[in-house]
Amino acid sequence: MEFETVIGLEVHVHLKTETKAFCGCSTEFGNEPNTQTCPVCLGFPGSLPVLNEKALEYSVKVALALNCKAQEFIKFDRKNYFYPDLPKNYQISQYDMPIGLDGFIEIDLENAKKKIRIKRVHLEEDAGKLIHKEDSDYSLVDYNRCGIPLLEIVSEPDINSPLEAFEYLKNLKLIIQYLGVSDCDMEEGSLRCDANISLRPKGEEALGTKTELKNMNSFKGVRLALDYEIKRQQGLLGKGHKITQETRLWDEDKQLTSSMRSKEEAHDYRYFPDPDLVPFTFSKEFIERLKKEIPELPKDREERYTGNFNLSPKEAEVIIQDKDLCVFFEKCVGLGIEPKKIYNWISGPLLAYINETGKQVKEIKLEPQELVELIKNVDDGKLSNLAAKGVFSVMLYEGTTAGEAIKKSGLTQISDEKELEEIVKKVIKENPNSVNDFLSGKENAIMFLVGQAMKLSKGKANPKVVKDIILRRLKNVS
Amino acid sequence: MLNTKTAHELIDLLNKGQITQNEILSDLKSQIKKTEPKIKAYAHAPNNSEPVNKDSFLKGIPIAIKDNICTKEALTTCSSHILDGFIPPYDATVIERLKEKGAVIFGKTNMDEFAFGSSCETSFYGPTRNPWDLKRVPGGSSGGSAAAVAADEAIWALGSDTGGSIRQPAALCGIVGLKPTYGRVSRYGLIAFASSLDQIGPITKDVYDAALLLNIIAGHDERDSTSVDIKADDYLSCLKKDVKGLKIALPKEYFIKGLDKDVEAAIKEAKNKLEKLGATFKEVSLPHTKYAVAVYYILATAEASSNLARFDGVQYGLRCTGAKDANPMITMYKQTRGKGFGSEAKRRIILGTYVLSSGYYDAYYLRALKVRSLIKKDFDDVFKEFDCVLTPTSPTAAFKIGERLDDPLSMYLSDIYTISANLAGIPAISLPCGLTKDKLPIGLQILSGPFKEENLFRAAYAFEQNTDWHKIKPDIKV
Repeated sequence: MEFETVIGLEVHVHLKTETKAFCGCSTEFGNEPNTQTCPVCLGFPGSLPVLNEKALEYSVKVALALNCKAQEFIKFDRKNYFYPDLPKNYQISQYDMPIGLDGFIEIDLENAKKKIRIKRVHLEEDAGKLIHKEDSDYSLVDYNRCGIPLLEIVSEPDINSPLEAFEYLKNLKLIIQYLGVSDCDMEEGSLRCDANISLRPKGEEALGTKTELKNMNSFKGVRLALDYEIKRQQGLLGKGHKITQETRLWDEDKQLTSSMRSKEEAHDYRYFPDPDLVPFTFSKEFIERLKKEIPELPKDREERYTGNFNLSPKEAEVIIQDKDLCVFFEKCVGLGIEPKKIYNWISGPLLAYINETGKQVKEIKLEPQELVELIKNVDDGKLSNLAAKGVFSVMLYEGTTAGEAIKKSGLTQISDEKELEEIVKKVIKENPNSVNDFLSGKENAIMFLVGQAMKLSKGKANPKVVKDIILRRLKNVS
Repeated sequence: MLNTKTAHELIDLLNKGQITQNEILSDLKSQIKKTEPKIKAYAHAPNNSEPVNKDSFLKGIPIAIKDNICTKEALTTCSSHILDGFIPPYDATVIERLKEKGAVIFGKTNMDEFAFGSSCETSFYGPTRNPWDLKRVPGGSSGGSAAAVAADEAIWALGSDTGGSIRQPAALCGIVGLKPTYGRVSRYGLIAFASSLDQIGPITKDVYDAALLLNIIAGHDERDSTSVDIKADDYLSCLKKDVKGLKIALPKEYFIKGLDKDVEAAIKEAKNKLEKLGATFKEVSLPHTKYAVAVYYILATAEASSNLARFDGVQYGLRCTGAKDANPMITMYKQTRGKGFGSEAKRRIILGTYVLSSGYYDAYYLRALKVRSLIKKDFDDVFKEFDCVLTPTSPTAAFKIGERLDDPLSMYLSDIYTISANLAGIPAISLPCGLTKDKLPIGLQILSGPFKEENLFRAAYAFEQNTDWHKIKPDIKV
């Protein structure tokens, strides 16, 4: 029997506010345990939450960017359950009047675009972190994370393959990063993703029994966990077994999912409106202001790059992956260089450098005008392409200007004919075979000779001039 | 004896330099020595050694604080075993404001555990007794504050009122108790019973002191989202306003079966008195009054079940751990909460958990919310035409210790006249208006529209100035 896969994703994103969702504690990552706490986020008796307005604005922006209907009225609810990482034993969350409803994300598939509907976007507080020490009869709690604003984005079950899930996540992350409201770093835990997955016989309407997958630490992990789970469910269904509705944990090391808890153990969270927080009514002006603050989103930028800058969709995608890279790219374009040329420098040497060093774009000390300066040197024939790559590398690693790097490398291109005549003479003398090849009609041999001249000049020779000189000399011979 | 004086009388004497703060303290202490062993008004005995700013407004006049209001230097236990030994790391907003004005925190008064009760019998530290008759209850839940003030063991006190917990004990002890409008006084630092109903308020020997104390504690607090950003009136200046022309409503639903004959007669007399002073009266209907107790015990317990979830033995207060077993964490929860909460607290947690459970939420919690808005509307309608509503505070005078303890329903009905003000969020004051044949105090309740405390003070002060009930002191049988 052929099955269709049905996937829905629940994504949790840490909002990049300076302070927590309901108190003034810092949200900084990686500090000593329990150094960023106060009576409010520790849930001490008598303390009360006050909503961080920045968190609210960030959430509304995400909802708007995900094409959700703008809500006029939202409220916060308590989700009640006991766990030591939750100091009040309830989580402030949103139940039936969340910040966003009914949105969508468009993803690119091989031959088509597909809309993945967003069911809801809601704001809640994160819990603390339990640390279980092996071979001990106690656990420790770190409440630094407790109360950090967390945005939950729930998709409809519109995703039909692990690849689609991957594309959805990629796009979602990019949109949120463009908004500047989260780092979306899965390793630091600022983005987490759970997946609901079920299979149904192809053509059937009714959904099959789903399992919920947790504990994936990367987008790749999400893909692998879904791949595994599809095979597992197919195996069971193929044998006529039923799927158990349960939560399963992805094990990165073993590359498999295993059961964590079944539906029977599911909580009754007893949601009810949090009486400590008043409901919010959004004015039209508030929504309009936030709409205006939403920057150009990845899809629009991609269209602009392919339309105005003549980049191919693939090329545009390379640059729009990183907002800072876009800024850099556009500044270079603004200095009058052909976009495609800049793209080549970015996609080649610059990205290679980034991959090699693991640096963020904003950490790189490279001014757009310096790259432009370098490109102009090449265009004016002062530098060969090869030499320019060397210069660029000096600029990146040593943080120097183009001029300084060129001087330092001694790489100013030799275009002086007299100097080059000497080099060419030597090349012709040392490579009689190639000369003969050329003279006997093998035109490609000229490139070998030019290459030899470049080598002799340590890359400094202007290849165009060299080629002209060789041609002139060989014509004289014949 | 300075301990018998009101705060405003003491301020005058201090200002004139006729007495010192130490003399006040020493008179209070000798009274406590004499009567406290019988009355047991304090959960945590006065123990003050704070330096006092002599230039401050209150010049070190001591104030007794209910045991559910957080004080940095003193135990705050809600008179519950589960918080035994708990000293909060911060001051409630009302405490900060009192200290700024030069008040000295003078002991934490006994209460029904977590404010669950109308008799002050459910305290972990044992019952408080009524100074008028030691065999009787002082009312509750702020019974300790009311008894301390009535017995001159305190100059004045703060209580909290969720369904009558300030007004009913004030009535039963023959003193003044005021529940402000919901949102008028910050709840930050008040250990929550039912967050949408709780309000801190004054318990005093006369109406003047109530206005004086409300002036200090009222006002917006950005740490409490439910505190309202409306400028508080100068309540002392309200006292000077005449009662002439004040339109007062008498709700017929409050004068029904179950209302004690002596109480009814005293209220009628109070009405006549106010009429003579120039107020006009008319009978009105508050048709949804009969649902108030039922609605209250659904909403208040629902909120309480969630508010009390944090008492789990993890961070503070009592922690009970048993023998090592399969799930020591769950065992800790069960034993801590099992031993830490008294039976009334458990009853309310179970009730509240039930009404929020899936399948029951709509029938109980949601329906109660709807009826609550009808009760509020009843009052809104009346206050379109009237300035005040006049009722008894309690259907009977103080009842005997143990009399209603085993009959929760009859205990819950003690608050039948006070609960509606909390559900509607409106202010209400109780002041002495007579004595029963058994020489027990009777309380007169006056209610007004939200943030119209001015009207309460006008009526209450005029009544008090023209009667002597507030001057009669109990003859404490020690």
